[in-house]
Amino acid sequence: MERVLFLGHTGENGELGRAALEALHAAAGLAEELGCAFDAGLVGADVQKAANNIGSCGASSFFAVSGVDFAEARYGSDVLAAEALCRKSGATIVIAAGTSRWMRVLAGAALRLGGRIDTHATALGAGQGAVSISRWYYRQRMEAQLSRAVRPWIIVLEPGSAPAWQGEEKAAALVDVPVEVTDAAKRTSFAGYRAPQASEQTIRPDAELLFVAGAGWTKKQADGNIHIEEASKLILDFMHKSNASLGSSKSLVDLQGEGQAVLPFLTHLNQIGQTGATPRHAKGFATCCHGEEPHVVGWRFINERRAVNTNPNCGWAQGKADVLYVADAFAVMAKVNELLS
Amino acid sequence: MSKGYHIVVCGGIVPDPLQRLEPVSTPSGPALRNEMMLPAVLDPWAASALYEAAALAKKMPESKVWLVAAGPKAKLQQVMMVTGQKVPFELVAIDAPAGGFTESFAVAGLLAAAIKSIPGLDYSRLLVFGGWESASRGAGSTLQAVGELLEISAQFQGVDELAVAEDGSFTVLERVEGGRHQVSKCSAAPAVLGWATGNLAEPPNNPQVGMANMRAIMPALQKAKAEKLSAEGLSFQHVALPAEQRETRIVKDTPVDVIANEIVDWLRGAN
Ligand SMILES: Cc1cc2nc3c(=O)[nH]c(=O)nc-3n(C[C@H](O)[C@H](O)[C@H](O)COP(=O)(O)OP(=O)(O)OC[C@H]3O[C@@H](n4cnc5c(N)ncnc54)[C@H](O)[C@@H]3O)c2cc1C
Repeated sequence: MERVLFLGHTGENGELGRAALEALHAAAGLAEELGCAFDAGLVGADVQKAANNIGSCGASSFFAVSGVDFAEARYGSDVLAAEALCRKSGATIVIAAGTSRWMRVLAGAALRLGGRIDTHATALGAGQGAVSISRWYYRQRMEAQLSRAVRPWIIVLEPGSAPAWQGEEKAAALVDVPVEVTDAAKRTSFAGYRAPQASEQTIRPDAELLFVAGAGWTKKQADGNIHIEEASKLILDFMHKSNASLGSSKSLVDLQGEGQAVLPFLTHLNQIGQTGATPRHAKGFATCCHGEEPHVVGWRFINERRAVNTNPNCGWAQGKADVLYVADAFAVMAKVNELLS
Repeated sequence: MSKGYHIVVCGGIVPDPLQRLEPVSTPSGPALRNEMMLPAVLDPWAASALYEAAALAKKMPESKVWLVAAGPKAKLQQVMMVTGQKVPFELVAIDAPAGGFTESFAVAGLLAAAIKSIPGLDYSRLLVFGGWESASRGAGSTLQAVGELLEISAQFQGVDELAVAEDGSFTVLERVEGGRHQVSKCSAAPAVLGWATGNLAEPPNNPQVGMANMRAIMPALQKAKAEKLSAEGLSFQHVALPAEQRETRIVKDTPVDVIANEIVDWLRGAN
């Protein structure tokens, strides 16, 4: 008989984030499919509020590892917390969200537990009583369905792959799981977050639209000149008006290495593709980007796709976009911005 | 006391990302069609780690860089002909299957054993580098497991920057949600750092570095032990390419106003 554990950590506001609620939804659903019990295991400075928020989820127990040592993400302490919660619950299947905090430690925890881990799972289920998951290989180029016999099996669910759990708030009785954080585990200390130097946040995971600014914006245009300032203005203007999330092609270091100009507001984290991100948005709009495979693998989870490119034979034309507008993006975006005003 | 680091970079090989990949099933599980024929490259994020390692070693006298790579010997040799031209390192080769469908913990076991066997490796100055995720399995689990097997509890993933202070402590920037970096301070080595892109472009080929590296690369490849990877209890039900090929509508020779209007309608959800 399987036993399922949902693992969650609190965010900066002391609550579970959306990705965690998605993992909870998946965990509760899997337990129901399997006809088995499930527990919740929570990590954070103080997890009572988070536990109460999900108090009616049906978990048999709410285990907690909490205290100042667990306020922030750190490998040494988080791996202990995850390990302790898994041992306490005795779960055979552990489900957590693919947050940066969990992604950093859960493989280490799986190894300590003598179990296995799969990350970036996009679906899970229990057809004929056997748990299986789907995940992508080779940077979203092919999808596999797999199952495992070794337990515990930690399954890290890709954010955006399941609906978020919703339910009534209810006081949850926490079972504290003591964890001793050794000095060795505390060699690392959290020193804050660093936001991009740009004056504004351009990465918005919840946005409906992904807007990609390709390297073409910084290349010589028909008049033989580069128009960085105009490009920056058009892109930022569109960002304000559309509330889109901003993606880039190529890595910044590639561009700088090639001696190319770069748009000042782009950071590493804007990059989409092979060595960048694979975000989820309902729509994607690419401008001045060729649509080569190492870029387009990052669009796996973008539903509707349109592109503007001066080249009718660019990658987008090869079945990668729904619509390709063969036009000058400078002119098109100036008009789009005007219409959105 | 020396201030330099012993930096061990774990780096696998993957098919060139510009190649078309197709899964096939084999008696030992899924694999890629013509896998041995596909041109391979050093896994891109591991390559970032290698360049960062070399740059750090250059800054810190008495440092040394090793590259521990597991993969089929012939493929490793092909990749080393290119990678060996980039930055100085000593290769530790493991002749083992590579590819996305192999088990991460099994690979980690081989890597950790190879690291332990490096003569004269000083754990108090050890930094284990690698890519935070591979371009094949993309699991982000191998380096964590290597760290665990070496009992290193200072670990960082999605690293874009490492800054070492005078006293041997260092500051790490790791990618987190919402386009931000988490800043952490760590008092001392040993540590595991899974690199994302970092801040260094691919170095140009340097024939002198190439010649110096090659002297050790060929013997390392010859010495590489053939290893198997276990996949206990893992079964793949199917592996498939997405069916998705879109019917692209190409709009050309159309006035900008018309295009812009159509785009705005689409953005507003009207079509
Ligand atoms: C190991 C590896 C990893 C990689 N990882 C990534 C990755 O993660 N993400 C990524 O994106 N790439 C990645 N690449 C690079 C990828 O192969 C392409 O080189 C890259 O995507 C090209 O970016 P681009 O299309 O923006 O630029 P370019 O190829 O320079 O194309 C610019 C485009 O802009 C168009 N253009 C120019 N001016 C205008 C205008 N006024 N109006 C309209 N269109 C215009 C041009 O027609 C052209 O198609 C990787 C490559 C390798 C080898």
